[in-house]
Amino acid sequence: MDLFDNINYWIAMFQIVMGLFIVIASENLIKTLVGLGIFQSAVYIIYISPAKIFGGTAPIFVSNQEVYANPLPHVLILTAIVVGVATIALGLALVVRIYEAYGTLEEDKIQDIDLGANNDA
Amino acid sequence: MSETSIFFSVLIPVIGALLIGASRKLPNIRETITLITAIFLFLFNAQYLPDILDGERPEFALMTIIPNVELLFSIEPLGLLFALVASSLWIINSIYSIGYMRANKEKNQTRFYVCFAIALSSTMGIAYAGNLITLFLFYEILTLCTYPLVTHHGTHEARHGGRIYLGILMSTSILFFLLAIGWTWLFTGTLEFTPNGIFNHEQLQTSIPLILMALYVFGVGKAAIMPFHRWLPAAMVAPTPVSALLHAVAVVKAGVFSIVKILVYVFGIANLETISGGSWLMYLAGFTIIAASVVALKSDNLKTRLAYSTISQLSYVILAVALFVPIAVMGAALHIVAHAFSKITLFFAAGAIYTASKKTKVSELNGIGKRMPITMIAFTIGALSLIGIPPAIGFLSKWYILSGAFDAQETFVVAVIIISTLLNAAYFLPIIYAAFFRTDDNSKNHGEAPTAIIIAMASTGILSIALFFFSDQIISLGYQIAPAY
Amino acid sequence: MLSSQLPALQVVIPLVAAPICVFFRNPRIAWLIALIASSLTFMVSIGLFLQVQQLGVISYEMGNWSPPWGIEYRVDNVNAYILLIVSSIGALVTAYAYPSLKREIDTNRHYLFWTSYLLCLTGLLGVTITGDAFNIFVFLEISSLSTYVLIALGKSRLALYAAFRYLILGTIGATFIVIGIGLLYLMTGTLNLYDLASRLGDMDLAQPQLAALAFLTVGISLKLALFPLHLWLPNAYAFAPSVATSFLAATATKVAVYLLLRFAYDVFGKSQIFSELPLGEVLLVLSIVAMFVASTVAIYQDDVKRMFAYSSVAQIGYITLGASFASQTALTASIVHLFNHAITKGAIFLLLGIVAFQIGQPTFTKIKGLGKKMPWTSFGMVLCGLSLIGVPGTAGFISKWYLILAVLERGWWWLAAMILASSLLAILYIWRFVETAYFVTDAEDNTIELGSKIPFSMATVTVLFVLACLFFGFHTEFSVDSASEAARVLLEYTRQ
Repeated sequence: MDLFDNINYWIAMFQIVMGLFIVIASENLIKTLVGLGIFQSAVYIIYISPAKIFGGTAPIFVSNQEVYANPLPHVLILTAIVVGVATIALGLALVVRIYEAYGTLEEDKIQDIDLGANNDA
Repeated sequence: MSETSIFFSVLIPVIGALLIGASRKLPNIRETITLITAIFLFLFNAQYLPDILDGERPEFALMTIIPNVELLFSIEPLGLLFALVASSLWIINSIYSIGYMRANKEKNQTRFYVCFAIALSSTMGIAYAGNLITLFLFYEILTLCTYPLVTHHGTHEARHGGRIYLGILMSTSILFFLLAIGWTWLFTGTLEFTPNGIFNHEQLQTSIPLILMALYVFGVGKAAIMPFHRWLPAAMVAPTPVSALLHAVAVVKAGVFSIVKILVYVFGIANLETISGGSWLMYLAGFTIIAASVVALKSDNLKTRLAYSTISQLSYVILAVALFVPIAVMGAALHIVAHAFSKITLFFAAGAIYTASKKTKVSELNGIGKRMPITMIAFTIGALSLIGIPPAIGFLSKWYILSGAFDAQETFVVAVIIISTLLNAAYFLPIIYAAFFRTDDNSKNHGEAPTAIIIAMASTGILSIALFFFSDQIISLGYQIAPAY
Repeated sequence: MLSSQLPALQVVIPLVAAPICVFFRNPRIAWLIALIASSLTFMVSIGLFLQVQQLGVISYEMGNWSPPWGIEYRVDNVNAYILLIVSSIGALVTAYAYPSLKREIDTNRHYLFWTSYLLCLTGLLGVTITGDAFNIFVFLEISSLSTYVLIALGKSRLALYAAFRYLILGTIGATFIVIGIGLLYLMTGTLNLYDLASRLGDMDLAQPQLAALAFLTVGISLKLALFPLHLWLPNAYAFAPSVATSFLAATATKVAVYLLLRFAYDVFGKSQIFSELPLGEVLLVLSIVAMFVASTVAIYQDDVKRMFAYSSVAQIGYITLGASFASQTALTASIVHLFNHAITKGAIFLLLGIVAFQIGQPTFTKIKGLGKKMPWTSFGMVLCGLSLIGVPGTAGFISKWYLILAVLERGWWWLAAMILASSLLAILYIWRFVETAYFVTDAEDNTIELGSKIPFSMATVTVLFVLACLFFGFHTEFSVDSASEAARVLLEYTRQ
């Protein structure tokens, strides 16, 4: 079955679309960040999926093993996860500051309060 | 004489401007510096005259801007003529400015003198430009540094006039002029002014030179060819000395000068004769002459009338060059000189009238000749010169342009000149008539304007006549621009 | 010995200096550390630039792992030039910054600013110097995250919201880039850019490669604020501290442009994407729209910083327009405009920093009569404005000249006319500034009260920038020659 062969990628695609939708559609800043998190984690799946080789083992040289999984994507994604955590953390910190400054987390209200006429972007 | 010294012509007014700025607290010294700089600049330019008449063409490249395009200065007869006219009139204009600005208690006089000096510097740059990029550079600087002069009063009208001024001049130059320069560069691989033009035979067969010609003619908005003439009347909100020097001499002459220079040294007069379809320029110039004269006839504001008269007289120069015959090119050069001296006299008179009586309308001038006889005599000389009555310099230039028209057998041009002469008479003579022969209205006797104004006005008036008798050198310079082939 | 380590030092110096700022916490010491670090970085980039001029491409193996397995730093004519631009502006802005920051940020937060600033510099330099695709992503995120912090440090609470919006869009952009890189890795099994280029050149452009290119293009376009992906930029520039705006406006988008050039011409160079795919056409159309729409929007802004931010979007249009052509002249125009716009916009925001230092956030109502009160600053603004318009004698003219030549070379005179017409829009917004600053003299409107004298450091650096705008309008040996050399190298990648 083709569909199930590539199930990981389908899931990743779904996550990308869902994450982006949440980012665009939600008015609440926290929900926006949640969407961003979902979107980012899709990337992890895209990277990890091809690196996993069924029957392969960790890349440590042992005489009775011939199939190894590729360690590089795992390492990359570790980095990407760290980056993702930092991004979300910074985003949440900003949200806290925004809440202190505006008293709300709803985007439309924030725009009403300050940007008003200024928001022709 | 070392060739580096060409650049000093550009530098002298800049140094003058710096000194003027430095002496802003001391009006007397500031204005002395202006005068000294102007005289020095004129003498500096004049020293080139013998060499150029001998056929020398000094050149000086200051630096390379873009690979193969230098900041190049060179002196040829047309440029020298223009530089001499502009710098000599700067002297007289400075005397006039001192009288005018003080009598009318204008503000920001230091800014005025500084910008004026920089405007003269860029005029020198235009006159001695050795290639199109250099010309374009100083052309734009001239636009920008005259903007504060046009908007000098800072009022709403000044701002509005400044917008039109800058808007038209900048848009035409960037949209058309720059485009034409870029295109010329790709098409010919050079931007240098060369006698007989830079296009070779094959290139002249294509339609590109014709398109380029249109781009250049419309790109040089300073020449005030219709439909890009609106900035000139708009710029009349400026103080009169500005209108006088910049809009009768430096700026507008920089425009027609650029067009003549481009036609002669980029296209080549001999080549232009062979291009078919080049005669549209002649018709356009002819139309501008007549149309602007009609508008002048109808306007009651004296300065507006003079502005439209300028538009029409500028197109004389274009009309003459557009005949593409050497004698007419000489006539064009001569007309640059003639119109400069005559028109500046007229503007000086207009300013003198305003200073003495605060009058700006033609209809208010009844009997003013009795109160301001010197002013109105000067005005009369300027007007007669522009109409083309001997013994004034204006007669000579019209004469040569007419001979060019007969040479080229263009009855259209002959007709345009005759009609416009009648129109010139129609919009100038009633003023003179009213001034001297109409009965006085009930104005109080305000007398003449301050002495400085009178001196300046009298000297340009006298020069308009004197140049008629001493025109040999101008004519021989003019003949060198486009030697008969 | 040391000279062979320059590529590593380029990134390591600011990276190490950043945490040191945190240790000291004293605003003045933090600033000094930043100044020393950024100056050293600048010197390193000069060294690298000269080395590349003499020896050609420098390849540096990070940790002695030979490429394509290890991370390679690869410096050629293209990124040596960009490194020089970024690090010089980084150093000069640092020298300018202290008094301005003191006015705009609490002194007990200065060390945080400098930490972020140095990290941002690290990131930008890292993106530019590295020859490893994933490394690009990591450095990009280092620079982005620190940029969000820099923006959020702005005085008004709008800065927080602007930073948040940029965080969302920037992260989406970065994630798109990392997806693109991931797809490329899947298909080629390598992350080394040089290796990627040669392997991609050997294979057809199948679906995954195309998807990778698409993800990369969109991601990078978000980062370089290509219209219509520019929405984050105006507010971010407008509300960030003046120092941060000056630095970011002059460098951040430029590095993103470099990435675009690197991927389009080098990595995908041999795949002939410009002739095979409509990439050039898409870029071209978006650039033209950017030039007109952003300039028009700029005219109607009330905040001067925002106005110039929109002007940046328009100017980026000129840069991408040149990049869309794949010809020597056009690429030269693009790269030289990258340089000229960096100094011009840098100068403008530095000048606005001085204005902000004296009167607070510059809006059009506040700057009435500025020409009288701050004559030199206003005059500097006029000069830089002329450079934005592209008046001859300024740096902006040189880039416009090359751009027009490039367009005319193709025979597209209508496009040349459009480029020129769009610079008329620049006249409109520059002249709005001029008229407000010089012509509004009503006594009751004239509310400007000058705080104090302009500090020496701010004045000197700003004058330097403004003079550079004029200098590079006349002396183009450095700017144009380096740019055309970079363009030649880029085009060579597409040929091999």
